[in-house]
Amino acid sequence: MKKLWKGNEAIAEAAIAGGCRYFFGYPITPQNEIPEYMSWRLAEEGGAFIQAESEVSAINMVYGAAGAGARAMTSSSSPGISLKQEGISYLAGAEVPCVIVNMMRGGPGLGGIQPAQGDYFQAVKGGGHGDYHCIVYAPGNIQEFVDVMYDAFDVADKYRNPVMLIGDGMIGQMMEAVEIPEYKDLNKLPPKPWASQGHNGGVQRLINSIKIDPNDLEDHNHRLFKKYAEIEANEVKYEEYLTEDAEIVFVAYGSVARICKAAINELREEGIKVGMLRPITIYPFPKKPLAALAEKANVKKFLTVELSMGQMVEDVRLSVNGKKPVDFYGRCGGVVMMPADLVKYVKEGK
Amino acid sequence: MAIVAKKPELLTDAHLHYCPGCTHGIVHRLVAEVLEELGCADAAIGIMPVGCAVFGYNYFKCDMFQAAHGRAPAVASAVKRVHPDSVVFSYQGDGDCSSIGMAETVHAAARGENFTLIFINNGIYGMTGGQMAPTTMEGVKATTCIYGRDPKVNGNPIHLSEMLATLTGPAYIERTACCDPANVRKTKAAIKKAFEIQLAKKGFSFIEVLANCPSNYHMTALESMEFVKTKAIPFYPLGVYKDITKEDK
Repeated sequence: MKKLWKGNEAIAEAAIAGGCRYFFGYPITPQNEIPEYMSWRLAEEGGAFIQAESEVSAINMVYGAAGAGARAMTSSSSPGISLKQEGISYLAGAEVPCVIVNMMRGGPGLGGIQPAQGDYFQAVKGGGHGDYHCIVYAPGNIQEFVDVMYDAFDVADKYRNPVMLIGDGMIGQMMEAVEIPEYKDLNKLPPKPWASQGHNGGVQRLINSIKIDPNDLEDHNHRLFKKYAEIEANEVKYEEYLTEDAEIVFVAYGSVARICKAAINELREEGIKVGMLRPITIYPFPKKPLAALAEKANVKKFLTVELSMGQMVEDVRLSVNGKKPVDFYGRCGGVVMMPADLVKYVKEGK
Repeated sequence: MAIVAKKPELLTDAHLHYCPGCTHGIVHRLVAEVLEELGCADAAIGIMPVGCAVFGYNYFKCDMFQAAHGRAPAVASAVKRVHPDSVVFSYQGDGDCSSIGMAETVHAAARGENFTLIFINNGIYGMTGGQMAPTTMEGVKATTCIYGRDPKVNGNPIHLSEMLATLTGPAYIERTACCDPANVRKTKAAIKKAFEIQLAKKGFSFIEVLANCPSNYHMTALESMEFVKTKAIPFYPLGVYKDITKEDK
């Protein structure tokens, strides 16, 4: 049954439905409702919540709990996610599955607290040190956030890899009617024989990211990248909207895609053929569907729309590979474009 | 013939990577002996630091973690919350525990997390080659204070056991040394007490061991032991700083 939920709280409940029992976090706007909700709710489920002394500590608690076999997560917002990057690199290196939520705000520095998408590079290009990837989802509304969160621990476990969900203050703070899926039975989850949890029967389980021999470390990196290739082959998610006959294809993710949809509908009413490709995973990035659109005769150009100075647009350009022009429209600092701004931009640009 | 001493089963046969004369090997053995004597070696989960003991997982057969620099208390807190019936210890040097990881140490102690932290204080960064530690004593030379630590320039050393003892959270805090057989035996007794506290679910236990670093002190092993005895112990007094089992009386 659908109920009216605040975004952050719905995301927290969806995590519990998906099997999360341990949450470690630190207060930062605009994601505070997630740790607040988890603080009382996980106790009801027999799990645990710790308000950590810092984001650095919180992500390392995730390393401990998830490395010990539990479904564990943390959430934060941009500056806090920066603090977690070393830990995320360790989680990726040690192949510890977990979930991280980033409710992005404007930067750089302390920046602001209004919606922004300036953490795209950080989320998909590594963020921390070394060669690695998180699997990164950028859901477009609260229901989609709930659905992605619900399965995020399964995806993390499948690849033994951190999964990141990125949203912004708009998604975190708004309320919508959403349905929380049926609660997963923790007893039916696949076992984790690799987890460091004591009583090992004589064979040590080790959660570790140090490989001091360069050859071992190179092999480890190659193994990780074989896994990422598998992720790129299997996990790409995206939505195409009115692209069949589109001359201009918007590319946008998260709440911005919703604004684009409104603009597209308005432009369509005026007979302007526009559509959209909306990445749901931003790593792996929907390179192939974009490349396919670039080959289509009806597509004249792409318009990437972001709440940043232009980050995802680089991946769009790489995917389109010079076949068609790629334009960019961005607002930043917490300023959010209106559908009318996009309508005006497209009409003036034609 | 009766066996009077043998290597604990919990330790592997791997060759220690520590420098000749270093006391890490002794403390590893003490931890293993205590866990076996308490019958909980199988339930043990160890969290290793960044520093000289970074490869410590090679020497224990129990399940282990290698944690980011300073974050072992955060990792240990979470592991213990997930598996409350396991026996969790972190093993950390002075850079790890009292510098980069000070916040994690203080807050795990303040929360009274039910694990045991073994703090190896030799007053120097060993692994990275002899830089000044938060615990380096005044006048002692290090590669980042080549004329000796000058409090006016380099700040003052930290007495971590005393500091943590001001908190309500910890259950047991003791400082021991590893410089001669009598003190090694006292260290073992302290480690045993710490794990007993954990097994009784009484909360955070912390054992600070004054250790040596012959390589970076530029001393022979014996000279480094003598340094601990004559210089470190007077500055870092040995003893029990907190014991809630006594307060309970």
